[in-house]
Amino acid sequence: MKHIITVQVENKPGVLARVSSMFARRGFNIHSLTVGPSVEPDQSRMTVVVDGPEMEQIVKQLRKMINTVKVTELAPGEGIEREVILVRVSSSAAQRGELLDAASIFDARAADVGPSSITFEIADSPERCNDFLSLISPYGIIELVKSGRIALRKDGRGESHPGAAAPSGLKAIGS
Amino acid sequence: MTEILTGAQALMRSLEIEGVEVMFGVPGGAILPFYDPILDSPVRHVLARHEQGGGHMAEGYAQATGKVGVTVATSGPGATNLITPLADAYMDSVPMVAITGQVPTTAIGNDAFQEAHTWGISMPCTKHNYLVTDVDEIPDTIAEAFHVASTGRPGPVLVDLPKDILTAQMQWHQPGRTNLPGYKPSTHGHARQVSAAIDLVMAANRPVLYVGGGVLKAEGEVELLRFAERANAPVVTTLMARGVFPDSHPLHLGMPGMHGHYTAIRALQEADLVVALGARFDDRVTGDPASFAQRAKIIHVDVDPAEIGKIRVPDVPIVGDARLVIEQLDAALADAQAGSRPEHTAWFEELSVWQRDYPLEYDQTADGPLKQQYVIEELNKLAPDATIVAGVGQHQMWASQFWKFERPRTWINSGGLGTMGYAVPAAVGAQVGVPDKTVIAIDGDGCFQMTFQELITAAIEKIPVKVVLMNNSSLGMVKQWQRLFYDERYSSVDLTTHTPDYVKLAEAMGCVGIRVDSRDDVRPALEKALAVEDQPVVVEVKADPDEMVFPMVPAGASNDDVIARFRDLPGQP
Ligand SMILES: Cc1ncc(C[n+]2csc(CCOP(=O)(O)OP(=O)(O)O)c2C)c(N)n1
Repeated sequence: MKHIITVQVENKPGVLARVSSMFARRGFNIHSLTVGPSVEPDQSRMTVVVDGPEMEQIVKQLRKMINTVKVTELAPGEGIEREVILVRVSSSAAQRGELLDAASIFDARAADVGPSSITFEIADSPERCNDFLSLISPYGIIELVKSGRIALRKDGRGESHPGAAAPSGLKAIGS
Repeated sequence: MTEILTGAQALMRSLEIEGVEVMFGVPGGAILPFYDPILDSPVRHVLARHEQGGGHMAEGYAQATGKVGVTVATSGPGATNLITPLADAYMDSVPMVAITGQVPTTAIGNDAFQEAHTWGISMPCTKHNYLVTDVDEIPDTIAEAFHVASTGRPGPVLVDLPKDILTAQMQWHQPGRTNLPGYKPSTHGHARQVSAAIDLVMAANRPVLYVGGGVLKAEGEVELLRFAERANAPVVTTLMARGVFPDSHPLHLGMPGMHGHYTAIRALQEADLVVALGARFDDRVTGDPASFAQRAKIIHVDVDPAEIGKIRVPDVPIVGDARLVIEQLDAALADAQAGSRPEHTAWFEELSVWQRDYPLEYDQTADGPLKQQYVIEELNKLAPDATIVAGVGQHQMWASQFWKFERPRTWINSGGLGTMGYAVPAAVGAQVGVPDKTVIAIDGDGCFQMTFQELITAAIEKIPVKVVLMNNSSLGMVKQWQRLFYDERYSSVDLTTHTPDYVKLAEAMGCVGIRVDSRDDVRPALEKALAVEDQPVVVEVKADPDEMVFPMVPAGASNDDVIARFRDLPGQP
């Protein structure tokens, strides 16, 4: 079972290298890892997808790192999870219509249409992304790229308190 | 008034502000700017002969004093030579700050002369590390480095300083408050966990306190003694904790683990409650972890939450500083007991039978080969207050078994990494930290050959360490494994008896050299060595090359399968 860990880290040079080095050294298997800016201006937010059994040690080892500010676990179902996929599928002019129909069911957008292929983009839950891929794979997937998973806790599930004051960085962004 | 300093001067001043009294290092190109202000500073610099030596000196100093040890090296090979001491300090939670030079920021990444990716290489073997890229950050970075190295679970921190940062100018400012939003080491244990722990202590009939190096690091010896006596619970001290509880105390069963005391090993196996205090269930203690202390409930106290549940899931975890938590446990126990101390009579009877039946043993005859155990016991009689520093191998195990440790910080060794060559430089560093004490390295001939050059440092700096060099003409511990587990097929373990001539070697390095090869000469030789006060001394002991260390739990085996004595081996009379 895949678990999701979100890690708030100080935005210091090399912090990604620190985290990935720790995973490698401790022999933890990670499914995906993404990093990007967070609501706090001097912190980045990582989303790490891991297999269940090692979860507790992974969280503790992350917390132990000097530059990590906050580590939160999301058990399956507790988070809103998203992936972005770009996928090029072969398509003759004759197939184009049915493929575009299939895509519209999944809210996938045709990002590029060429004489022999269509490139779709889809941003959705991992399950919906996979369903979409299964649907179009008979046409022949030529190339595929997936972002790592990102996630936010659903309102009212566990740790974060929706009523609490917004973090200071949020105001900075809003103003 | 504004004061303009170079980065190097700011670094020196920042170290002075941290109260540094000595640094151990070797200069070179990239770190050169820093070696200039050293001349104007009251901080002593001890010139090591190898950066590994400088690193172990800093460790020895830290272990002997409890202060942060400081080591300095240049970029590239200087920094890579430091990796072993960093890894060693990381494993044994030794507070240390390493200062390394780096090629100028403009050259980083270009494979410049003496460039190594020190930050990357040292990352997995430091508690934290820094690459300073702005001269203004030097004061805060140094303050932060010392803070991280010495708080929570202590450890090594490396600060890498490019040469252009050391030569750049800055407006001096006092280091500010450290700004580490995610670093808040726990201090007190959670009250509810403490009371859950005391419920287990009150219910136990066969308790054992499993005491590790964390108690020593937290300076919790007084609290430990009080708690152990109140609980009337037997104590075992790991290789990293020898000395934190007096060996002479009736509750002390000795050291657990692969070469521990039989009763200490057995007590953990038969316990109904194991209270782990600043210990991490290392494989050298647990043997096969699945069969370790199977019947026991576990209370695990550690300042590092990641240690809890890593190997063994405890019944009651308590995160906190060992000294403070033991104090809390003791207070809660006093309340719970309301004056009635448990007797644990049956438990103590059982323990005393094992103690009677399985004491440590060796056989030193008048004219037979010298046993290291005998030499250690004689030395212990002559210098009971000495600080002992060991290498890695058989001699280390015998020193930990046969020396009577009565006080913390009198036993310094490389436990987690098992670094051969640790003893000589660590003893030099320890002696610098405790100049009024007798510091004795008990070393093996294999270990000695890895780092003996630091005796040159000691001779020139007048650091009067004593080295008792146990020359068993072999890599004894490896030989023991080959004898027991590889059918006596000896492969690359013979160091030969006469080369080098250690007495001449000692003399060539400016030390006193003494050789002893018979029982009756041991005492006078040691007395002579202990009388030397202004020079390092090497006493070469021609020791029995065939003696083996027992008890022994074969690697990976269950502690239940401990081989107590040589004569318990299959095929022995
Ligand atoms: C740097 C290093 N290399 C190799 C080893 C493996 N090793 C462990 S004990 C030992 C033999 C040590 O020999 P010696 O110093 O003569 O001590 P003795 O066991 O004979 O007392 C060796 C090679 C080690 N621990 N450290």
